[in-house]
Amino acid sequence: MTFLLRRFVFYVVTAWAAITLNFFIPRMLPGNPVQSLINRYQGQLSTDATQALYAMFGLDKETSVWQQYLDYWGNLFQGDFGLSFTYFPTPVADVIEQSIPWTLILVGVSTLISFVLGTLAGVYIGWRRGRWTDSLLPVGSFFSAIPYFWLGLIAISVFAVAWPVFPASGGYDGAFIPSWDPDFIWSAVYHGLLPAITIVVSSVAGWALGMRNMTVTVSSEDYVTVAHAKGLKERTVMFGYAARNAILPNISGFALSLGFIVGGTLVTEIVFSYPGIGYVLYQGVSSKDYPLMQGVFLIITLSVLVANMLADLAYAALDPRTRQEG
Amino acid sequence: MAQRINKVDTAVTQTGHRAAVGEPVLEIRNLSVDYGYDDSAVHALRDVSLTLGVGEVLGLAGESGCGKSTLAYAATRLLPPPGVITGGDVIFHSSRDDRRLDLFAMSDDELRASRWDDMAIVFQGAMNSLNPVYRVGKQLIDVMVAHRPDRSRAAHKARAKELLEMVGISPDRIDSYPHQLSGGMRQRVMIAMALALEPQVVIMDEPTTALDVVMQRQIVEQLVKLRTDLGFSVIFITHDVSLLIELADRIAIMYAGQIIEDATADDLYRRARHPYTHGLLNSFPPLHGPRRELSGIPGSPPDLTALPSGCPFHPRCPHAFDPCDTKRPELQGTGLEGEGHRQVACFLHDGYEVAVPGHLAVPPKAREEAS
Amino acid sequence: MAAAPTTVDLPVETGEHGITPKKGRGGRGAWTIFRNRKAIVGLSILGFFALIAAVGEFIAPYDPNKVSSTLMSGPSGAHWLGTTNTGQDIMSQLIVGTRGVLVVGLLAGAIATAISVLIGVTAGFVGGVGDEFLSLLANVFLVIPALPLIIIIASQLPEAGGTTVALVIAFTGWAWGSRILRAQTLSLRRRDFVEAARANGESLWRIVCFEILPNLTAIIASGFIGTVIFAVLSQITLAFIGVTSVSTWNWGTILFWAQSNQALAQGAWWWFVPAGLCIAALGTALTLINFGIDEFVNPRLRTTGGSAKALRAKRIRARVGFTPVYRAPAEKRGED
Repeated sequence: MTFLLRRFVFYVVTAWAAITLNFFIPRMLPGNPVQSLINRYQGQLSTDATQALYAMFGLDKETSVWQQYLDYWGNLFQGDFGLSFTYFPTPVADVIEQSIPWTLILVGVSTLISFVLGTLAGVYIGWRRGRWTDSLLPVGSFFSAIPYFWLGLIAISVFAVAWPVFPASGGYDGAFIPSWDPDFIWSAVYHGLLPAITIVVSSVAGWALGMRNMTVTVSSEDYVTVAHAKGLKERTVMFGYAARNAILPNISGFALSLGFIVGGTLVTEIVFSYPGIGYVLYQGVSSKDYPLMQGVFLIITLSVLVANMLADLAYAALDPRTRQEG
Repeated sequence: MAQRINKVDTAVTQTGHRAAVGEPVLEIRNLSVDYGYDDSAVHALRDVSLTLGVGEVLGLAGESGCGKSTLAYAATRLLPPPGVITGGDVIFHSSRDDRRLDLFAMSDDELRASRWDDMAIVFQGAMNSLNPVYRVGKQLIDVMVAHRPDRSRAAHKARAKELLEMVGISPDRIDSYPHQLSGGMRQRVMIAMALALEPQVVIMDEPTTALDVVMQRQIVEQLVKLRTDLGFSVIFITHDVSLLIELADRIAIMYAGQIIEDATADDLYRRARHPYTHGLLNSFPPLHGPRRELSGIPGSPPDLTALPSGCPFHPRCPHAFDPCDTKRPELQGTGLEGEGHRQVACFLHDGYEVAVPGHLAVPPKAREEAS
Repeated sequence: MAAAPTTVDLPVETGEHGITPKKGRGGRGAWTIFRNRKAIVGLSILGFFALIAAVGEFIAPYDPNKVSSTLMSGPSGAHWLGTTNTGQDIMSQLIVGTRGVLVVGLLAGAIATAISVLIGVTAGFVGGVGDEFLSLLANVFLVIPALPLIIIIASQLPEAGGTTVALVIAFTGWAWGSRILRAQTLSLRRRDFVEAARANGESLWRIVCFEILPNLTAIIASGFIGTVIFAVLSQITLAFIGVTSVSTWNWGTILFWAQSNQALAQGAWWWFVPAGLCIAALGTALTLINFGIDEFVNPRLRTTGGSAKALRAKRIRARVGFTPVYRAPAEKRGED
């Protein structure tokens, strides 16, 4: 219990840190990008919007920094992330709301598949050492060194342009309007396959390698030898005694690498023009849409924190020792 | 304990089948083990032979690195890589039925079926021998389910609780995790686990080394009681020879991968034949009996990758003479009547014309009777 | 990005299995890493790229910015890797871009490693409140997703050149290594030789430098390489997205232009394939070096390279739980 409590407190602190960071970054960086932006959009912004921008970027000299900070928090709790330039005058919150389900589904499904496949492969390779499977390791490391997005580019050129098996871009066929209509869902799935496959192929090796190392280390532990001495079936020893223990550090590793995973998915979305939050960020970057970028960053960070918490829960459930110690 | 531990004369098993002492239950013949697979492999065991009788407690003693654990694990084929068995046989003679198992010729499935049922091991360092993510009960039960699938789960659970009680642990600890138990309790759980299927042979690998003296005593007493009740044979591996003197029927002393003396505990204690054994016994203060001056053994155990020529002990032996640095002494009987199954690997007792030092020699009375 | 970290934050095993702390004597043991086949391959590839980075601008056949009249053409005698849509030679871009990639990668790696050593070792050594605070700091940076943070920061900078990018990457990427170093330091601190040094009255500074740091060399090296991989990938991603300036050449910039000019749709594979292959090759090289270090630190991980031949020859299957029985043919058994 103390373990979970400590972790929860940690996440609250981290969330606070992320939000504060988000608040201070535009104020700390040299140059004045915002001013030029405001100048550029002068004619199109209402006074309210301009005022909001001033406040958001701390150019409002009338209120103190502390007051701005408090206002910032106030806005956040109301779900007000400001207005986006690119999708003007849509509020940032709405833009995010529309794009985040796509990312969640893509990341969620691909990461889960990749983790499961990679972990199983890792257990198998680590268990049966000294065989041909060991030579898969350098191959695996080659694949894990390939950036997600480049693999995406190759995938597109091969499977979407050269052999049009999959669509080259988009989250769904442009003819449809998002709804729960089965046709739409099928189109969405079809469009999501190639990006998902790209992510899985590129990340599965990383999981496998980590799990293999842990399985090898655990295999020489005494309790595995005891399990063998007891005459238990090979499968029982491999999964019940070895894998069950080897997976523990990998779960915390999984939680920590969520940040990496998010980064990779972001870029994959860019390559495939997949309407998720990464693509939105990309557009924000291209047009220097600061409110949008900051809103996206915040949402991404908070989602990663939530995912980390879930991973911690899983870890506590799997390792009885954590329930004792702090 | 004020008096000697009562030795069991015959082994009475659960089924009432009586096998007389003297019949072997485990025979290790000319076992050789290497660490490594190529020419640079270390010869950890060289031609080691040992026999465990029915109902007997055999002590296996020696310094760290002499190969006693290697012997136990190799005999049960549990030696981890890069260990490989390069020669010898291990034969198990069941005293309950007529089975005779050649452990090195069995298939994997046959070996799995025999494991724990015929022979069980209590592992060294019980701190790490229990799976940290499973409850104690589950670890006791899974072996029963694997070997006795026909019984019900409830029956297994009842048996598990019974086992815990047998080793002096409260049965409601069955749902505890290993980290919730103390060191002594974990060791006792390992013993309970080893006895789950009522094996005929129990190998105990340094079961008391990591524990304090009080706990040690309790465990040894528990063990003796269990043996009296269940009648299994024991190979007790330890570096503590004085413990074996009290506990074991027979003691085998190992040095640098070989057995150099094999005698009953009484014989060994009264008159050790091998200079190393003598040195070993004199390194411990005796728990009972008159006070004795302590002396150690000069030098240190040899590096197994660079063994001395001839007898591995000769550089440290105060009585080394001519053949000791060229030929390796074989483990064989002393050739004297009335010495029973006593064996020693030393040229002092190999018929050479040399004056055997007084403390190692056959006492005058025995010599007279022999000639 | 691409690789999930392979060495995870484990409780340190010392003694026979893991790191045996050495007092001062780091020499002989450390050089055996160079006999590891994987590490050698990795180092060779890295060396190759380093060479190109050093002499790139002198051996590139063309000026990478120079436009020509051969537009969007595939590999040919004049242009080994083809040209872009403005006739620039891709091979030259690739060669010249190597320096940017390596410099930023190594610089970011060095800075991040320095920070992680400073914070990780201090946290592990000092303990108590200082440790709690530093750990919290590290954990916060660890959990906040790196790439989005880098994007946010870099995009708001006026001029995102090489050094700036390296600094930003280092600022976000130091936390991983510091966690591992902290765990190792914690375990080393309790070892006898450190206690002995303390009892002797050695100053804190000397203890850290001469007793603890030498034993952490392998871990620091491994962390450094991991961070370089991260830095290279991040930098290229930033360039690809267009966050960093496109005036300096690196492999990511090539991909940026390829993407902007619809290289994919036009089937101009020569524009984006070589750059990606180079990234993958560099990443693989670094990962192999890391494998070498991993196997050096934890000998159990070695894939029984040398003895694999002997195993095959004797047809022994080395397994845990079932010791193999190999009876040599009679003539081969030597006499003891």
